[in-house]
Amino acid sequence: MQNKQSNSIRTVVATGIGAAVIFVLMKFVAIPTGIPNTQVNVAIGFLALLGAIFGPVAAGLAVFIGHALNDFVTYGSPWWTWVIVDGLIGVAFGFAKNRLKIDSGVLGKAKLIWFNIYQIIVNFIGWVLLAPTGDIIIYHEPANKVYIQGITTWIVDSISVAVIGTILLVLYAKTRTQRGSLTKER
Amino acid sequence: MQHQLLIGYADRQTFLNRLSGSTKLLCFVGLSVIGMMTYDTRYLIGIMLFSLVIFHFSKIKTREISFVVSVIIGFSVLNLVMVYVFAPHYGVSIYGTEHLLLGSNQHYFNLTTEQLFYEFNLLLKYTFAVPLALIFLMTTNPSEFAASLNKIGISYRVSYSVAIALRYIPDVQSDYRTISLAQQARGFEISKKAKFMTRVRGGIQILLPLIFSSLDRIEIISQAMELRRFGKGKHRSWYMAQKFKQNDYLALLVVAGLIILGIWLFQVNAGRFWNPFKS
Repeated sequence: MQNKQSNSIRTVVATGIGAAVIFVLMKFVAIPTGIPNTQVNVAIGFLALLGAIFGPVAAGLAVFIGHALNDFVTYGSPWWTWVIVDGLIGVAFGFAKNRLKIDSGVLGKAKLIWFNIYQIIVNFIGWVLLAPTGDIIIYHEPANKVYIQGITTWIVDSISVAVIGTILLVLYAKTRTQRGSLTKER
Repeated sequence: MQHQLLIGYADRQTFLNRLSGSTKLLCFVGLSVIGMMTYDTRYLIGIMLFSLVIFHFSKIKTREISFVVSVIIGFSVLNLVMVYVFAPHYGVSIYGTEHLLLGSNQHYFNLTTEQLFYEFNLLLKYTFAVPLALIFLMTTNPSEFAASLNKIGISYRVSYSVAIALRYIPDVQSDYRTISLAQQARGFEISKKAKFMTRVRGGIQILLPLIFSSLDRIEIISQAMELRRFGKGKHRSWYMAQKFKQNDYLALLVVAGLIILGIWLFQVNAGRFWNPFKS
């Protein structure tokens, strides 16, 4: 039904619209945590869904573009280390696509638990290992400040994906026709 | 709309508007990367003055940018305070000397000239790119931006994604606002007055329609693009693309000179920091 060609167009469009949605969510639906520059990020819950439907390229690029644009208009210049880490996390979420097979309409508990463990690990690698290290090497910021920011972001982002991401995944799966839902009449 | 969040492009009839988008993009990225790397105060101040002078020529009015600038200042101050709280001796460990201003050696919170100097450098780094970014945003036509991304070597599919993002941000924004008002009319409180959990629940109630309508939109647009045979050719021409003119080469030359100066300063300082305390 869907050949390679139309899939690549869908990726281009999903990247663009995804970036626009991420931009708007980052801008308007941000709940501050009290530590500067870290907020409860609703956009990353959407990112989980975007990755599960459209794969690594679309999710990675969409969050990269959306985050960079948001930084651009909010802070004047993008904070590149975090933008890049966000992009990598998008790519990692995209790799869950083949495992979740959300288009088949079946999304059992086992898959959801697996996805949540996966996302917590991905967020840990991104926010606790990569982002602060990048800040230290590139921006030369004090270590304990950036690690506090990183750990806070890890916790709130993991919770955000666990709650919002999971809800979105389940609801989206419900809108798909289940595989094997039709039976042949005899 | 309460306040203008997206600062916008307008044709202000200056030489900056007439520069091609690719030139402005290259200049901005080049200067922000070198500024990100360097900790040479003289260089950062120089770039800052340079960009302020350019900013003056761009005829952008203060009223148009005052909100953005206040957000940026707030963000920088918060960060500086946080750096001080978490690492009040960081400057001392970088510059290797200690000149006490307040407090004594035994205390955790004391104030040294080195720390002040380091935080001053940080402030410069947070803010030096702001005038450049504002100039770039407010003098570059969004449609031309995608064309210039393609011109500097990014594949046209990715450029087109950026174009779609820029095109649909206002649409998604107005969708968001409509849904938000509709849900508030139904009694979901999402303002600062509500409790945290109520806000979160209200947020989700806005999120769902927004996301599902966006997914529909992806389908519609990709079908429309497929019907118009998007992606069949290896290259794509852009309606808004501009040819390089004399001024573009001149601007690129100036910025290249500044970047080389920055790299040369790495050598002079034997590292990324300029240390005025060591004589």
